[in-house]
Amino acid sequence: MKPFQAPELMPAFPEIFLAIVALFLIVLGVSRKEEDSTTVSNFSLFGLIAVAAVMCRFCNESFTTFGGMYITDSFAVYMKVLVLSGSAITIFMSARYMERQRISRFEYPVLILFSTMGMMLMISANDLMSLYMAIELQSLPLYVLAAMQRDNVKSTEAGLKYFVLGALSSGMLLYGASLIYGFTGATNFDAIAVALQAQDAVPLGVVTGMVLLLSGLAFKIAAVPFHMWTPDVYEGAPTSVTAFFAIVPKIAALALIVRVFMGPFEPMIDQWRQVVVLLAVASMAVGAVAAIAQHNIKRMLAYSSIGHMGFALVGLAAANEAGVKAIAIYAALYMLASIGTFAIVLMMKQKDRMVEDIRDLAGLAARQPMIALSMAIMMFSMAGIPPMAGFFGKLFVFQAAVDAGLYGLAVFGVVASVVSAFYYLRIIKVMYFDAAPDEGLDAATDGRLNTVLVLSSGAVLLFIILPAPLLGAASAAAAALFGG
Amino acid sequence: MITFPILSLLTFLPLVGVLFLLCIRGSEETVARNARATALLTSIFTFALSLYMYQNFDKTSADFQFVEQVAWLPGFNINYKMGIDGISIFFVLLSAFLTPICILASWESVTSRVKEYMISFLLLETMMIGMFCALDMVLFYIFFEGVLIPMFIIIGVWGGARRVYASFKFFLYTLLGSVLMLVAILALYRAFGTTDMIALTEVGVPEAMQKWIWLAFLASFAVKVPMWPVHTWLPDAHVEAPTAGSVILAGVLLKMGGYGFLRLSLPILPEASAYFTPLIFTLSVIAVIYTSLVALAQEDMKKLIAYSSVAHMGFVTLGIFTVNQQGVEGAMFQMLSHGIVSAALFLCVGVVYDRLHTREITRYGGLVKNMPRYAAVFMIFTMASVGLPGTSGFVGEFLVLAGLWQSSTVFTFLAATGVVLGAAYMLYLYRRVVFGELTKPDVKAMKDINPREIAIFAPLVVLVLWMGVYPSSVITPMAPSVARVIDHYHARNAAAETAKADAQKNNAAAQTSAEGKGDAE
Repeated sequence: MKPFQAPELMPAFPEIFLAIVALFLIVLGVSRKEEDSTTVSNFSLFGLIAVAAVMCRFCNESFTTFGGMYITDSFAVYMKVLVLSGSAITIFMSARYMERQRISRFEYPVLILFSTMGMMLMISANDLMSLYMAIELQSLPLYVLAAMQRDNVKSTEAGLKYFVLGALSSGMLLYGASLIYGFTGATNFDAIAVALQAQDAVPLGVVTGMVLLLSGLAFKIAAVPFHMWTPDVYEGAPTSVTAFFAIVPKIAALALIVRVFMGPFEPMIDQWRQVVVLLAVASMAVGAVAAIAQHNIKRMLAYSSIGHMGFALVGLAAANEAGVKAIAIYAALYMLASIGTFAIVLMMKQKDRMVEDIRDLAGLAARQPMIALSMAIMMFSMAGIPPMAGFFGKLFVFQAAVDAGLYGLAVFGVVASVVSAFYYLRIIKVMYFDAAPDEGLDAATDGRLNTVLVLSSGAVLLFIILPAPLLGAASAAAAALFGG
Repeated sequence: MITFPILSLLTFLPLVGVLFLLCIRGSEETVARNARATALLTSIFTFALSLYMYQNFDKTSADFQFVEQVAWLPGFNINYKMGIDGISIFFVLLSAFLTPICILASWESVTSRVKEYMISFLLLETMMIGMFCALDMVLFYIFFEGVLIPMFIIIGVWGGARRVYASFKFFLYTLLGSVLMLVAILALYRAFGTTDMIALTEVGVPEAMQKWIWLAFLASFAVKVPMWPVHTWLPDAHVEAPTAGSVILAGVLLKMGGYGFLRLSLPILPEASAYFTPLIFTLSVIAVIYTSLVALAQEDMKKLIAYSSVAHMGFVTLGIFTVNQQGVEGAMFQMLSHGIVSAALFLCVGVVYDRLHTREITRYGGLVKNMPRYAAVFMIFTMASVGLPGTSGFVGEFLVLAGLWQSSTVFTFLAATGVVLGAAYMLYLYRRVVFGELTKPDVKAMKDINPREIAIFAPLVVLVLWMGVYPSSVITPMAPSVARVIDHYHARNAAAETAKADAQKNNAAAQTSAEGKGDAE
């Protein structure tokens, strides 16, 4: 019998620390018995930022531990820092909103912490088992978060819908994983890669399993045709939760997809590339066209995020180092623009009541010019109009696609981006061109939202003149996945 | 020789004005007054700087001057590279010259959200100058597209009744054209690992690839020029845009397409350009004749001038693709002349629009009686648009036709009919607006142009006459650069011909030797 050997814990220190913080906060939250959740959210903010800072500083080398189930490298660190900052900003900017909606419970930040931990594990997953466990760990808190507003029908419906469809996707994923295990005899990514390279022809079972795995993951990033839950869940969930959904889990799932498909399934590129191209084309098309008909800004942003994931998948379809780099850049810039946009959606209230109709933005340019300007910057950035940062995201993605010889995909992508420009422009039109109604939006008084807005629009503009730091980090991340 | 980065300074100086504008606070009245003054000062200062640059520009050299290069997107070999030659310098001057005129022209007519208006114009100036200075294709693309943002806002906020429709059409139409160019730029980047315009002229793009890339460039530039049949956004945008918006649109933005052909299509894709020349000639001649006829039928003054712009730009594309010294110089001259003349014509429309708030031609008539000075100014620009000798319009059209004659007499004949038609619709417009009976009471009450308006028109009149009487002051500095483009184009095409002939000869030789072998066996 082999003597028990404890796994090396240090590489997984960020997740372990976050778990300890979350567990401690549960105890703290229960024992304080207060309505106010400020302390807990401040602590969780501190936890997230501390982990991100420590990771930036120390974790740049590649390690595997837990018997090869967990891997950390520059790519993981880059994506984890994005996820952590996304979570931190969501907690930071939702405090006032949650209070106003009377759902300011201490569970909110704690659930976000748990979900974030799950996402970090997803990014670091190096085994089908840890992949599945991590996905479940990040999903379960999300279902609860969507239904946070217990006495609101839409919110509970959103939670239930998300849960049922999420469970379906988990099932597909699990089935795919079992097929892959059955045909390759391994769950570890490295072992799967070895097994696949050893065979001359890829067994049909593995292909089926791979497609099922991809479908399950496509659910998580809401790529068409697995997107149906997105608009309803986005609309029903409390806005701050929607912001979280739109930004953070998608980045984690995108990172996981990249790791799985550029890793163990790299030899099967001919098989999965066509699926990814299909997902990308369908997502870009639906994201561009369906958003045009939306009046609710949250629904519109839901379709917009579907479209954005389509663009990010173009980078995956390229399946080269430039593509991974492009995805890394795209994810960061998408997060930046989404944060700013959701900060504004969180500001949208009339007579102290939250409103979500795009037409409620009318006359914003006259009443609150700085906010309208920020929103315009965000919209131009999301539409990918130069010189805003979002343009560079698209530029690199299409560059990767052209590099891989996927001209058709690139042309389709740019045309889809023109179509989607229409609804981003419509928001600008409502803010700037339409006559101001008598009742405008209330003045923005939430200091936290204003801070987030100023920082995110500043960052979008700053990227134009100072792209080097982000590009450098993204190339290091991509190199880690390829150079080994 | 200037050692500091004058082109960057010139490009981003208007942004300094924008920063000042953002800081203006106070009552609406003070904000408006200060915003106007700040914007005017900034733009005049920029213009002065551009003149200083022109002073220091070596007019005998064909090379790019004041070149600046800074690493920008690390890991991508995409740099911030600026520089100008004899072709781009005049567009920079034109942009810097028209912006203060636009600001002055909107002095009284724009009363709402003045600060935002001025910010948009200064942003627009940055984008325009940057585009003409950019020597890296990605940088070029960014400025090329960036123009859309302020123009979209200008049309949409300060435009006429159908401004929303016009602004969306303008934005999406141009965007769709440009994104294809982006893919083409990326394809070039993939093949040659650089987006430097000068380096790309030397690489020798394979012929099959050239054709695709040329078509993608065409999609972008044809919309911008605009060429028939993708010109339909222009009348809408012009009609709905505020006067100053139309001035910039006609004066500078349309030139971006012609500049693109000259700077990118001809030098980088010479063989494809030669291959597609008949296509360009056909589309241009259709534009010249068809849009002239359409212009004849217009009831709206701005729309008429918009269609005349399409026709005049048809001459420009004809001239560029003749690729001989007269033709290209004529196209350049025509672009500059059109930049000034059409801008002035839109300003002329603006003058009467400010007074009567209609652009319908039939609402006017007999203006010569109560607005004699206006009639005189309008007359000069009408004649320049018609191409009367002595005005700038004549030189451009004449040179284009002279150049075109060397390529094709048929197309010259067809294009020359456009000159006649041009005279018809412009004189017809002038007669209906300025001559005739002065019957309508509100038209009778209109006052002649005031000193501010005279100050706007005076430099334009001087320029139009100066360029008409002494054109070589413009042509001489640009000649070396134009010659460089033309020589490069012909050298590359000749080389391609020889290569093809050699290949054929080799093939034939190989075949005969194979046959010989067969016989021997």
